[in-house]
Amino acid sequence: MKLYFKYVAMLLKSQMQYKASFIMTASGQFLVSFTAFLGIYFMFSRFHTVKGFEFSEILLCFSIVLMSFSVTECFVRGFDVFPRLIQSGNLDRILVRPRNEIFQVLTSNIEFSRIGRLLQAILMLIYAIPASGIIWTLDKILTAFLMVTGGIAVFSSLFVLYAGFSFFTIEGLEFMNIFTDGSREFGKYPMSIYGEGILKFFTYVIPIALFQYYPLLYLIGRSDNIGLIFLPLMGFLFMIPCYCFFKFGLRKYKSTGS
Amino acid sequence: MKKYMSFFKIRFISGLQYRAAAWAGISTQFAWGGLTVLMFWAFYQDGKNSFPMTFPELSSYIWMQQAFLAMFMAWFFDNEIFDSITSGGIAYELCRPCDIYYMWFVKNMAVRLSRTVLRCFPILIVAALLPSPFNITLPPNPAAAFLFLISVILGFLVLISFSMLIYISAFYTLSPNGVRIIAVSVTEFFSGSIIPIPFFPESLQTIIYALPFSSMQNTPFLIYTGHMNGADTLRSITVQIFWFAAMTLVGRILFKKALKKVVVQGG
Repeated sequence: MKLYFKYVAMLLKSQMQYKASFIMTASGQFLVSFTAFLGIYFMFSRFHTVKGFEFSEILLCFSIVLMSFSVTECFVRGFDVFPRLIQSGNLDRILVRPRNEIFQVLTSNIEFSRIGRLLQAILMLIYAIPASGIIWTLDKILTAFLMVTGGIAVFSSLFVLYAGFSFFTIEGLEFMNIFTDGSREFGKYPMSIYGEGILKFFTYVIPIALFQYYPLLYLIGRSDNIGLIFLPLMGFLFMIPCYCFFKFGLRKYKSTGS
Repeated sequence: MKKYMSFFKIRFISGLQYRAAAWAGISTQFAWGGLTVLMFWAFYQDGKNSFPMTFPELSSYIWMQQAFLAMFMAWFFDNEIFDSITSGGIAYELCRPCDIYYMWFVKNMAVRLSRTVLRCFPILIVAALLPSPFNITLPPNPAAAFLFLISVILGFLVLISFSMLIYISAFYTLSPNGVRIIAVSVTEFFSGSIIPIPFFPESLQTIIYALPFSSMQNTPFLIYTGHMNGADTLRSITVQIFWFAAMTLVGRILFKKALKKVVVQGG
């Protein structure tokens, strides 16, 4: 753990060397998610509700998803750019070092400029918390907290899965975008609005709805089922198959030799 | 002209080689399009009266957007061009007996077109077979189809002349990333790739239709779906021609200016 913080400090310092570029990228990140927010805003100024959800409730959902996604993208970035490690042959360097390879991939890259996105998520949350009219008792705070944590777990697993696929194909990786970028993009609305079948898919196959739709129901008082508070923790189970798949890929790995 | 054709051909043919990537892209775009249509369907069921297009029009719009994604994607830039500007590799390009502006222009066209050719047909065919109203339908009449063809070519030219401006900006800033990410998000938003322009508030639409971004993908797709017709079509096509001419002209002037003061560090 001490070593991890050392790496974090090191990467932070090196990225701060290019301050102008850092600020530009961070504000760009902010702008990207701000336009997504504007899109939702325009839709709601026209329609007011979608499947019974109001604007503030959708914002709550979007900000939680965006928050977990941007934290994941910041700290698990190493897996996001993992294909480059394979292509450049740098993975071999990692494999010969006497430390856990997951740890090394995590510390190979941390993208602090994702703070721009996080800022957008926080701003939306600040707006949505009073606007949604939720009385913030301890259980609701716990729900929101677990939603973000569960989200980080699921998104991290998806990035690890993505990295696992890159052992087998580099070119065909684009299809994973529907799960990584797609979950962020379509996760801004509760998964139930896409219909029954899609909700089932995002519950049992890619467990996005576990930290998003179901606990949201409890958060906004649509359901009293206390079990829903802890449902996001199920997201951690998703880490197991993704990790195993990554390990499986790693065993099959043959170096490019360069 | 012939030399630019051959640049086009080289890039086009090499672009056609990435078939595994194309299949992966097709499945992603298909899922993406499907979820987008379903999202609008949810809004449609709650507020049919506020829906600014008919639902079949919207479905066609979204599927066209996915099928022609590679043609109109705002985030795609040729990194070789940025590299050649920032690293000084442009010195080699300057030795060639042809105009770099046009060379880059056709190269960009070729890369995008080759990807589109590989990807658009499977998406269009499968999207046409979906149950109504989620499927893509043919344009309402032959005239609309014809005007769509003209407009889609113009929209493509507008987009490329805009991305040329971003390439040229690298001469002045030398670090293109900031300009690039801002240009991409502004383009995506105002060209209707986040939500189609008819879904914007009415008061904003007049302004947005005057901007170059709506001339990119929004105009041809609205003509295709039949949502835009009559005098509106002709006006929008005129706007497209205007922006293409204006941005090419500005691009040429800035490019010439940049080349005059370009300093290539030795090495």
